[in-house]
Amino acid sequence: MRRIRLGGVALAACLALLLAACGGGDDALEGGTQPNEQSSVTVGSTNFSEQLILAQMYAAVLKKAGVDVTVRPNLGNREVVFPALEKGEIDLLPEYNGSVLSFLNPDATETTTEEVNTALTPLLDGKGLVALQTSPAEDKDGWAVTKETADKYGLAKVSDLKGKASQLVVGGPPELETRPAGLPGLKKVYGIEDFKEFKALDAGGPLTTSALNKGDIDVGRVFTTQGAIDEFGWVVLEEDKPLQPAQNIVPVGRKDAMTDQVKQALDAISAKITTEELTKLNKLVDVDKQDPEKVASDWLTQQGLL
Amino acid sequence: MNVLNEVLAWLTDPAQWSGPDGIPVRTLQHFWYSLLATAIAAAVALPIGVYIGHTGRGALFAVNLTNLGRAIPSLGIIILMFTIFGFGIAPVLVTLFALAIPPIVTNSYIGVRSVDPDVRQAAEGMGMRGRQVLWQVELPMAMPLIMAGIRTSAVQVVATATLAAFVGLGGLGRYLIDGLAQRNLAEVVGGAILVAALSLVTELVLGRVQTLVVSKGLAERGADAAVRAKVEKAA
Amino acid sequence: MTDGPAPVLAAELIRWSWIGDHLDDIRDDLLQHVQLTVLAVLFGLLLAFPLALAAIRWPRLYGPILGTTGMLFTIPSLALFILLIPFTGLSTSTSLIGLTMYTLLILIRNIVEGLRGVDRDVREAAEAMGYTRARQLLQVELPLALPVIIAGIRIATVTTIGLVTVTALIGQGGLGQLFIDGFTLNFATPIVVGIVLSALLAFTADLALVGLQHQLTPWARSRGR
Repeated sequence: MRRIRLGGVALAACLALLLAACGGGDDALEGGTQPNEQSSVTVGSTNFSEQLILAQMYAAVLKKAGVDVTVRPNLGNREVVFPALEKGEIDLLPEYNGSVLSFLNPDATETTTEEVNTALTPLLDGKGLVALQTSPAEDKDGWAVTKETADKYGLAKVSDLKGKASQLVVGGPPELETRPAGLPGLKKVYGIEDFKEFKALDAGGPLTTSALNKGDIDVGRVFTTQGAIDEFGWVVLEEDKPLQPAQNIVPVGRKDAMTDQVKQALDAISAKITTEELTKLNKLVDVDKQDPEKVASDWLTQQGLL
Repeated sequence: MNVLNEVLAWLTDPAQWSGPDGIPVRTLQHFWYSLLATAIAAAVALPIGVYIGHTGRGALFAVNLTNLGRAIPSLGIIILMFTIFGFGIAPVLVTLFALAIPPIVTNSYIGVRSVDPDVRQAAEGMGMRGRQVLWQVELPMAMPLIMAGIRTSAVQVVATATLAAFVGLGGLGRYLIDGLAQRNLAEVVGGAILVAALSLVTELVLGRVQTLVVSKGLAERGADAAVRAKVEKAA
Repeated sequence: MTDGPAPVLAAELIRWSWIGDHLDDIRDDLLQHVQLTVLAVLFGLLLAFPLALAAIRWPRLYGPILGTTGMLFTIPSLALFILLIPFTGLSTSTSLIGLTMYTLLILIRNIVEGLRGVDRDVREAAEAMGYTRARQLLQVELPLALPVIIAGIRIATVTTIGLVTVTALIGQGGLGQLFIDGFTLNFATPIVVGIVLSALLAFTADLALVGLQHQLTPWARSRGR
């Protein structure tokens, strides 16, 4: 008997939840499957904190400019998210010019900001996309070691890895093995021999962080603005030869969605954001676990953009 | 379809079958994670399920454990374990272990519980005491269901061990994660096929083990079917 | 050597203030989760019934149907979702198609077994009483098969609730979003919230379905189950 009553209560609860879901939850299900009109913009992002902060920043200023904005964060990695941009499921992504270039042209070797931007424009154009103004802020790819490893092997610059790499385990995203700016680049530009082992982890994410801290890898691929670098006292090896391309933060969007209004709002952010600022913001989210939305709006207010 | 050709090419490429990233190594890793987790789970879950079946205490728990177990999201568990333990094999083992326990407990319990009371009484009438009844009568008769539970767990574990790649380890899940990262659909499909194949092999092998382990007398009398009917009623 | 993740456990498994600040997001995730589950199970039922009826009408189909569905079930769900992306994009359709496929597999099996399990005598009696095939099915076989069918719906629902979390890896996820948040921030609270809520959701749904079963099969009640 008790079971029936409990079941009845549960049934009622489920029905209530269902009604609520049908009624109020439409926003949760929508997003990304509708055709995009000129006046509405869907901002997407991949899944690390810097991306979340930037996406929220873009959304906030666009909202202020009177544009109808939807944010779709945490969509996955670039391989999954960029096609969504091409297809029109999202209209805008915070991007890094160097990474987009090597994503669209895996053999690209341009390194300076100007070179990268020039090479990027026709590639994006062909897909109906456009890169807005690049910001001075850069989040470059770097090679990090723990302080202990740096001291033990005497590592301060990337070229110090020569002759020692064969004793070290390197970790990073799976594509590190094949991209020109990854392991092949170390060989080609620096003459560094093969590492002892390569572990496919993630791109500057929790796997690489944990593995580096625990000693499962000795050298890790990191993003230079990560809060983890300061948090754990890692040493980012100095790039003494040009290998990594410029990685300026740049909004990349669909041409038909990037109206002048949108451009103006976003350019204002790009003009003001610097590498130091970005690193500070990342720390607030990564280390202090603050909300990306709050961190974004606080900074924008400080800068007088909100 | 073009994808099919690419997948076949990927699967038959000799480069895939050698080296530390090759299919044999990854399959072995996958098998190892699964074996370890299932074995430890069986070692823990079997005694518990059998004890509950033999004594009848905690029956409600045993019967509902499988349902409850299905409700725990493995992805969430492994991510939580990673947050606690960091990089390494611990998150994978804990998650797969948790996944494997419920079916073994529930099936062992039902297996022992549904031994025909007449048979139990006959054994007691013959002078057997509790422990003897358990080892010489209940356990052998419960074998079909116990093995079914272990089979179910093992297959689930093999299918879910792909999560190991999500936290940076090896196994066949690597083909899914790496294939996604490098936009190589053929790799993803190939990996999926391999996992499905390994699951199938696990099911078949354990099925064979079951026929070997279950006493011939039981198998002939179709005890399996009668017991299965009891299981459906209890579910 | 600093061990990054360890301080998380020491400091806080649950930061209640985070939960308080994020109630809206949590609610949205929960709603999305429920929607995906309900739709997947409903579509699964709609598709499973005709297929099951076909398998009964032409028993030779049953073996192959069961075999194919059994095999499809061993395909890792993440792979299925990834494979659908090029066709249906990063949308709810991708998640729904994948999820429905899995519910379909579970439900077909149970519907067929349930209908098959109806006592031959009962079926023959109905036929003797002049019931048409359709009436037999609707008024006799289906009600009697209900317990087994609902058992299947229960399994399908609980399994789907778990699978929905995997769709977080392709931008959906319902409560799975909380796992991704916790993962990238190395922060246990959202993960724990996600696990607890999805477990509660599954538990509630299961209970509700059991209640539904009791309501729909009054004749079974008096036998004192």
